[in-house]
Amino acid sequence: MTVPPEAAEFTIPIRDSTDVLRARGSARELAARLKLGSADQTRLATAVSELTRNILQYAGEGTCTIINASDDHQRCIRVIVEDHGPGIPDIPLALRDGYSTGGGLGAGLPGVQRLMDEFQITSQPGHTCLTMAMNRPRTPFT
Amino acid sequence: MRIPILRLGDILLTSIQVDLTDAEVMQFQTDVLHAIADIEARGLVIEITALEVVDSFMARTINDTANMAQMIGAEVVVCGMRPAVALTLIEMGRGLIGVETTFNLNEGLARLNKKIAQRGDSSLTDDEDAV
Ligand SMILES: Nc1ncnc2c1ncn2[C@@H]1O[C@H](COP(=O)(O)OP(=O)(O)OP(=O)(O)O)[C@@H](O)[C@H]1O
Ligand SMILES: [Mg+2]
Repeated sequence: MTVPPEAAEFTIPIRDSTDVLRARGSARELAARLKLGSADQTRLATAVSELTRNILQYAGEGTCTIINASDDHQRCIRVIVEDHGPGIPDIPLALRDGYSTGGGLGAGLPGVQRLMDEFQITSQPGHTCLTMAMNRPRTPFT
Repeated sequence: MRIPILRLGDILLTSIQVDLTDAEVMQFQTDVLHAIADIEARGLVIEITALEVVDSFMARTINDTANMAQMIGAEVVVCGMRPAVALTLIEMGRGLIGVETTFNLNEGLARLNKKIAQRGDSSLTDDEDAV
């Protein structure tokens, strides 16, 4: 598989809510650069907002890495959100609509699962890693 | 960055023009509720055309603000939500926004006036009952 010239990856530290805005803004920018439509840009930015906000709420701080993983066949944006907080003890439960230990709507993780094409969570005390991706086929103009 | 709150008779009008940090969102909620109490506003329009992302935190804050505003006597309408934002919220889960929404400001004001008029009727009957 050939590496496209625009291949890029960057990591944004997540320490306060301005970092949430920065992370979701960067994700949207990359989506726009890859000519994803406005609905996809918004889906991606919203998903990044949910996961990075969870970091602040449940782990204190962490990182958000945004990767342009596109190849000849498809445009792909992969986002890895990691922290060293307490972890998510019961992942299926955390993915359930309405489940929240923080007084929220409990809509973040289940929402991300619906918005993105791929979504995986690995978690243990001291290391939680959420990976998500949006894939779109290339068209003659992209 | 404080969000300006404009007064139109007994209606308050606010427009969120930039991405807000969490602290700014909470400041906005406080400012709006104080403004309603200060002028005994009967309605509040929150215009969100410029918002590119409404995540679950923002959705909850909008719902909470509307509930509190209603508790102190103001009807609330949210207007101008971008189509991509509405689509995303619906995909994330049904009923994340529990507030009445309209397409634009005009419709928002019309809807609000209707709600206020309806409430006026019912509070009249309540008063009569009390007498
Ligand atoms: N990074 C994390 N570390 C530890 N626990 C987490 C983390 N992310 C999520 N959780 C747990 O998973 C639950 C569900 O998360 P989700 O984002 O779906 O809802 P919420 O954050 O509680 O509310 P909302 O996102 O709707 O405001 C959280 O309440 C929390 O218990
Ligand atoms: Mg959350």
